[in-house]
Amino acid sequence: MARTSPAEPVLRVEKPGLLTAIQDLGRPGHRKFGVPPSGAMDRFALAAANRLVGNPDGAAGLECALNGPVLLALQPCLVAVTGADFTPCVNGAEVPLWTGVYLAAGERLSFSGRRWGARCYVAVAGGLAGARWLGSLATYLLVEKGGFAGRTLEAGDTLALAGPAPRPLIAGRHLSRRLLPVYGRAPALAAVPGPHHARLDRASRTSLWKSPFEVSRDADRMGFRLQGPQLQLRGAELLSIGLTAGAVQLPIGGQPILLMADHQTAGGYPVILGVTRAALPLAAQLLPGEQLTFRESSVSEAQDEWRRLRAALDLIA
Amino acid sequence: MPEKIWPIGDAALLVELGSRIDTALNSRCHALAAALEKRSGVREAFAGYSTVTVHYDPDRTSFSAIRSAVAKLLKEKPRVGPSGRLHRIPVTYDGPDLAESADLLGLAAADLVRLHSQPIYRVFMVGFVPGFAYLGPLPPQLQLPRRRVPRTHVPAGSVAIAGEQTGVYPLPTPGGWHLIGRTSLPMFLAENDPPSLLRPGDRVKFHPV
Repeated sequence: MARTSPAEPVLRVEKPGLLTAIQDLGRPGHRKFGVPPSGAMDRFALAAANRLVGNPDGAAGLECALNGPVLLALQPCLVAVTGADFTPCVNGAEVPLWTGVYLAAGERLSFSGRRWGARCYVAVAGGLAGARWLGSLATYLLVEKGGFAGRTLEAGDTLALAGPAPRPLIAGRHLSRRLLPVYGRAPALAAVPGPHHARLDRASRTSLWKSPFEVSRDADRMGFRLQGPQLQLRGAELLSIGLTAGAVQLPIGGQPILLMADHQTAGGYPVILGVTRAALPLAAQLLPGEQLTFRESSVSEAQDEWRRLRAALDLIA
Repeated sequence: MPEKIWPIGDAALLVELGSRIDTALNSRCHALAAALEKRSGVREAFAGYSTVTVHYDPDRTSFSAIRSAVAKLLKEKPRVGPSGRLHRIPVTYDGPDLAESADLLGLAAADLVRLHSQPIYRVFMVGFVPGFAYLGPLPPQLQLPRRRVPRTHVPAGSVAIAGEQTGVYPLPTPGGWHLIGRTSLPMFLAENDPPSLLRPGDRVKFHPV
């Protein structure tokens, strides 16, 4: 069977969608120079999409926010769409999410409307090619590095394969809905009390765990500013510390910030919670105006939950 | 002071060795971070002023294994790190917060400039965004709390102060520090690895222009 040569064009972007960019699982290891790991906001969804097309978990795919692109297949290829449900279609007919789908040359993958979620992922067998920066293809818009020339996709862009697609192309691999993170509206995000949780006064602690918070309009790949009950902290101003995705900071104003993939790597606001790895995919699917609650978890419970999620990926044969 | 350790989520933790801006304490943090990074299962260790944030792989190590390793490492005699490079950074002191900061501090603007450009500062850490170096300690006469409401847009090259700290914003970002000047010297070097002009342990002297 003919093999696809590296850097071969595979998809043409006919419409880019509101915010579509190449992401992989990021560039950890550079925080000490201020560089966040970046990569997919919903790491489970990207890894699953990759498995469904026979790629390694960390191959580069597309992260599409809010609506999704229109992509024309320039050669036969295998794709999978995971994460948010924007109603994926091939040549206008709806195709299932979390499933490997074959595209013949000349067929179009498009999205006919958002039903649920904020970000969907498109993986292509062979993985997408892109600009490598500090070891990763993840797009980091703040410095215009990685991905497709460091930017979001535009109409007319041609996406190439990073390497030969694993052959044969096996369509129809599927990940059962019961194995997915508990995606849904108003999710309860598992979180471990953080270094400065004990500084919250009693009423604020109760509010933190019992009250809903709303994602404000100030929500992007760096983090989500949340709106909810006013939280009060005791104690002196802190020195800046190293941060991670999932850290929930409490600025002086009393409204928390949940840090996401392109997070600032250091900051001086108290860290009251650490949202767990298993809960971050749920957070990644929230839009401004939507609600969340926090659910207390221990470190070991959270690690077990992540292992269970990851084991689901191994069921993709 | 014995160290304190807390989790940050399920794959990171914070070690606190103290709560002061102090060169010796910061050196210990950098030495501890470097030693932890050599351990299997530690993906990355970030030294702050007086803390180390450890990112780990829970499949290869655990919160308690790292806690024991930290306790053991802290009993060892600290290595003396090499003294960093000295950078001279030209600054135009005309920031939008210069007059207000001087007022709040009870100083003339010229005195603020003189006091700010006198010391040789240490790079305690690089973080926040690519290339942002946390410099200090700032002279006591210049110490102000952060702005109550952070700015949503701070121009690249802005020279700023907050608490005992000073720094240069390498990129246009949000920011809560007081902007007292600007420099044209790039702090973020996209094509270099590391992509930052300033590295932990380096020294910096500002020059009014």
